[in-house]
Amino acid sequence: MNVRLYLWQRATAALMVPLVLVHIAVIFYAARNGMTAADILSRTHGSIVWASYYGLFVAAASIHAAIGVRNVLAEWSPLKDRGASQFAIVFGFLLAGLGARAVFAVVLS
Amino acid sequence: MIARGAMHRGSALWIAALVHRLSGLALAIFLPLHFLALGLAIDGEAKLEGFLRWTDQPLVKFAEGGLIFLLTVHLLGGLRVLVIENFDWRDGQKQLATLAAALSAIIAFFFLARVF
Repeated sequence: MNVRLYLWQRATAALMVPLVLVHIAVIFYAARNGMTAADILSRTHGSIVWASYYGLFVAAASIHAAIGVRNVLAEWSPLKDRGASQFAIVFGFLLAGLGARAVFAVVLS
Repeated sequence: MIARGAMHRGSALWIAALVHRLSGLALAIFLPLHFLALGLAIDGEAKLEGFLRWTDQPLVKFAEGGLIFLLTVHLLGGLRVLVIENFDWRDGQKQLATLAAALSAIIAFFFLARVF
């Protein structure tokens, strides 16, 4: 892992510490036996706060996960650095795209 | 007899590093599925509702408890790494790693108690 990737990995990790803590708190608040879609969407629909929070979370998680997957592949799979990087870039963009779609789905659609 | 090069593999901190890596990998595999599930709301509330009713199955709830454990243990394990790298060294890292795993298990247990 080069220095640039190392710094991105650690910066996104530090950024996600409060984001994950809030996420776990929301899971505990929201989760109950028989949680409904209406419960979730009534909280998130049209909320700029939730759109910003989850948008930032998706961006940070996509970068963090892509770098992590790259490192695991480079060390544990037959893929060389170059192949692992290419896979990670595709994976990172896939996560970011699906994540942005999910945020759109619960906040704006 | 354990080979000399593999002796560190019994260490609590080696296991902590392995748990951090495997939990991260599992979360990376779960994330696209999580996003796809939430994306069902694009086609209307009923689609998401149908999926949520599927998640009422006990086996799915146990899997969600497992995901809470993975997320928490990855968070706490990562926090330990960030503190080690950016602040003065503190003794008791093995105890901290064990505490992180125990706390994660407790949080996952409370989640399960809430959804069942």
